[in-house]
Formats: sequence, structure tokens, C-alpha cells
Amino acid sequence: MKRKFQNITSKLWSAAAVAVILIVWQCVSMAGLVPNYMLPSPVEVAGAFAGEFPLLMQNAKVTLLEAFLGLFFGVALGFVMAVLMDHFGRLYQALYPIIVLTQTVPTVAIAPLLVLWFGYQMLPKVILIVIVTFFPITVGLLNGFRSADRDMIVLMRSMGAGKFQIFKCIKLPGAMGQFFASLRISASYAVVGAVISEWLGGFEGLGVYMTRVKKAFSFDKMFAVIFLISVISLLLMKLVDVLQKKCMPWENKK
Amino acid sequence: MSDLIVENVSKSFDGKKIIEDISIEVHENELVSLLGVSGGGKTTLFNVISGLLMPESGHVYLDSEEITGRPGSVSYMLQKDMLLPYRTVEDNVALPLLIRGEKKKSAREKAGAYFAEFGLEGTQKKYPSQLSGGMRQRAALLRTYLFSDKMALLDEPFSALDTLTKSAMHRWYLKVMQQIHLSTIFITHDIDEAILLSDRIYILAGKPGRITKEIKIREPKPRREDFNLTETFLSYKREILKAIQEKKS
Repeated sequence: MKRKFQNITSKLWSAAAVAVILIVWQCVSMAGLVPNYMLPSPVEVAGAFAGEFPLLMQNAKVTLLEAFLGLFFGVALGFVMAVLMDHFGRLYQALYPIIVLTQTVPTVAIAPLLVLWFGYQMLPKVILIVIVTFFPITVGLLNGFRSADRDMIVLMRSMGAGKFQIFKCIKLPGAMGQFFASLRISASYAVVGAVISEWLGGFEGLGVYMTRVKKAFSFDKMFAVIFLISVISLLLMKLVDVLQKKCMPWENKK
Repeated sequence: MSDLIVENVSKSFDGKKIIEDISIEVHENELVSLLGVSGGGKTTLFNVISGLLMPESGHVYLDSEEITGRPGSVSYMLQKDMLLPYRTVEDNVALPLLIRGEKKKSAREKAGAYFAEFGLEGTQKKYPSQLSGGMRQRAALLRTYLFSDKMALLDEPFSALDTLTKSAMHRWYLKVMQQIHLSTIFITHDIDEAILLSDRIYILAGKPGRITKEIKIREPKPRREDFNLTETFLSYKREILKAIQEKKS
């Protein structure tokens, strides 16, 4: 009960902070301290959001589809890689440096190449998202698998358990916490990855919309779309939290 | 009949002999303790008996069948309860049955039948983190029993518990053993515990570890409440202390 109360008050404080920032921003705009075309007021941004709502939703649908597809295949790839690398020590030694290397290449640098190779459709975007999302999953899962309790594995072996049973009963559930921490990161990467890849070539999506309004100097719409992207990322992370609660019931009972 | 025979077992690590020429026997329904200092090779011997380690020489037989280097027939319990935090108590306890390939439902039913006897009523759907230390240890013991009802190896199972819980566990343990007839080898460095629980005590001492003495405790079971305060108890204790010290000097 007390904990719940504390939770509410801490949320109250952060809500108050947001409100203060918005009010200050509104006052600055109304006082004309910053030219209106550079920084539109919160009220104007809200107006743009409402006015552009159908268009924003239509573009958001495309971006979300890309993000989900990319995240799905990224997680699948990350999972398979982690399992294989955990199982075969040589593969770990051979692949780990390469996987790290893929993460040192900036997304903005490979996106145009992917567009050149795979065209302006959805494929290059999904590939880019796969590249940025599989990494946290692989690293998180590998860590989780490797931190499995040695004694527990010995006990399972003494019971006559095989490698698969040890994986299923100890390694996999033991790595769930790490997996969800990684998934939260990957989910936000997926949205950002989708937007970036749309900047660099495409016909639809929030990234395309963003470049269009930027070229038109409609900064109110620009802020509206930034706001929408943040909301989408937050919602996705919340979704991961809900999923985690469902998949790890033992964590809620402490 | 479930007799365990360990015959002339030796094992070294990195060229250093840990245990040498160890022969012990455990008969049906017997509780045998292996008493010795830490690092004396007790756990190595357990790993050999359970089949996790292959000895350099010697053999292990269970009911006249050779089980040397073959895990899965003798159950094993450690000081830590080793319950999986992400499984409910019933699924933890039923784990050995599941590993053997039983269906989840029948494994749960089989395990559930023992919950009352082990003082675990109503904990089936709970998670290990919700149980007390003593209860977790009892759950671990039930899992050990479901793994093999022939022979159990207990490696300092109660040493992580506080003194009061420990003596409560001893009483409970002796009571439960009357009902389930499990032959047991019990590792401990606690002399009182060994005398209190065992039918026989082997003393493992020296480097490399050898069995230096075998002591029979001729006190009927169940033991009297105040057995550990009697003169008989003390004379056993003296005998054991002497046997351990002889080897040291």
C-alpha cells in the first residue's frame, strides 16, 4: 500500500516537472523571445498533431510494421546466434569479434548502401533494423546462458539430464531477465532504426514524413512527429514490460 | 535390496592423489556418515559414487550392478538447496521425474503424494523464494528422494541452516527416514550430527584421504530426545575425536 503510494507520488513529481517545462516553453513562445518559425509553442504543436493526425497514423502504420518485422527477425537471429555460440565454443571465438564489428559501423552509413542494394521498398529497412536489434539480444542471452549456476548443472547431470534438458530447465529460464532487458533496448532501437532508414530513402513512413515537413520548414509538424515517435517507443517498452511479467511469474512473487 | 558397494576407489587431480583405496558399504535402510575435515576428498568421493567422475581405479556397485561413471542411479543433494527460482516448488521437486521422461501431469501427481509427509503442504504452487530455509531444504530432500528411492548422497545438507533450525531438521529427518526407508550416505564435518543421525560412521582422514576408522553407533532408532546429552553419546564423540587426532599427529 505504502509502496503504491510512493509510486504515485514519484509519478506526480515527474508529471509536475513536465508541466513546468511545457508552461515555460509556452511563455517563452508567447513572449516572442524565440522566433515562432524556429520554435513553435506547445499549443501550436498540439494543433499540428491534431490536424495531421490521419496522415501521421497512416505513416506510423508503415513505420511500426517495419519496426515489428525487423525486431521479430532480429530477435530470432539473435536467439539462434546466442544458442549456437553458447553450444559451440569455437563458433563463439570466431564470430564474437565480427558481431561486435557490425555494431561499430554507424547506421547512417550503411542505410544508403542497403537502399542501393535492395531498393526503396521495405526490405532494406527491415534488414537495417535486424542489424541493430539482434546484437543486444545475442549479447544479453549469451551472458545469461554463461551465468548459469555450475552446481545446478552438475546436479542436473547427476540426475542423468542431457544437454538439451539442461538448456531448457536451467540456461534458458535463467537468461530470461537478461533477455528482456535486451529486448527493451532492441525495441527502442527498432523504432529509431526504422525512422533513420526512412530518412535515407523511401515513399512512406514517419521518417519520410519528417524529411518532408523539415523541407517545408513546418516545425510545428516536425515537433508533432518527434512527439509521436517518442510515444511509440515508450509504448513498445511498456509492452515488453507486460510481456516480461507474463513470462516470468516468479519475479512478481518475492 | 539396495546395497551400495564402493571398492578400492582412487582418484587424483593434476597428478595429486585426493582419495586413495577407499572401500565402503551401505546396506539397505542404513544411514552412513562420512566424517572428515573440509578439503579431505569427501566431495570427490561423492562425485565418483554419483557417476559424475570416473575413478582411476576401483568400482562402484549398486545392487550388484556396476554403476562406475554412470550418472542417474544414485541421488545427490548439496548444501545449497539448488531449487530453481523460476519453477514452482512442485515443478522443482518433480524435476527428476521430468528428466526421466515422465509427463508433467503424472510427475506432479507423484510428487504431490509426498508433500504432506515432508511437511510441505500447501507449497505446491509457491516459488522457492517464498519458503523458509528449512522448508527449502525439505523440498530439496524430497526432490532427492524422488530422484532415487534406493540410495541418496547428502553433501552437508543442513550445514547452511542456523543451529535451531538445524536441530529441528535433525528430528524431522530421523522421523521421515522411519517412514520412507532410504539408504543414505551423509557427508558432514559436524561430529554431533554424525552421531545423532548415523548407524555407522566412516572417518575419512589424511592426505590423500583414506578411511581410517569405522564406528558403529549401537543406539536404537528412533533415538531418545536427550541422546546427545548421554554418556554413551559422549563416549562415541571421544572415540571419534581420538580417531581424527591420531591421524593428524
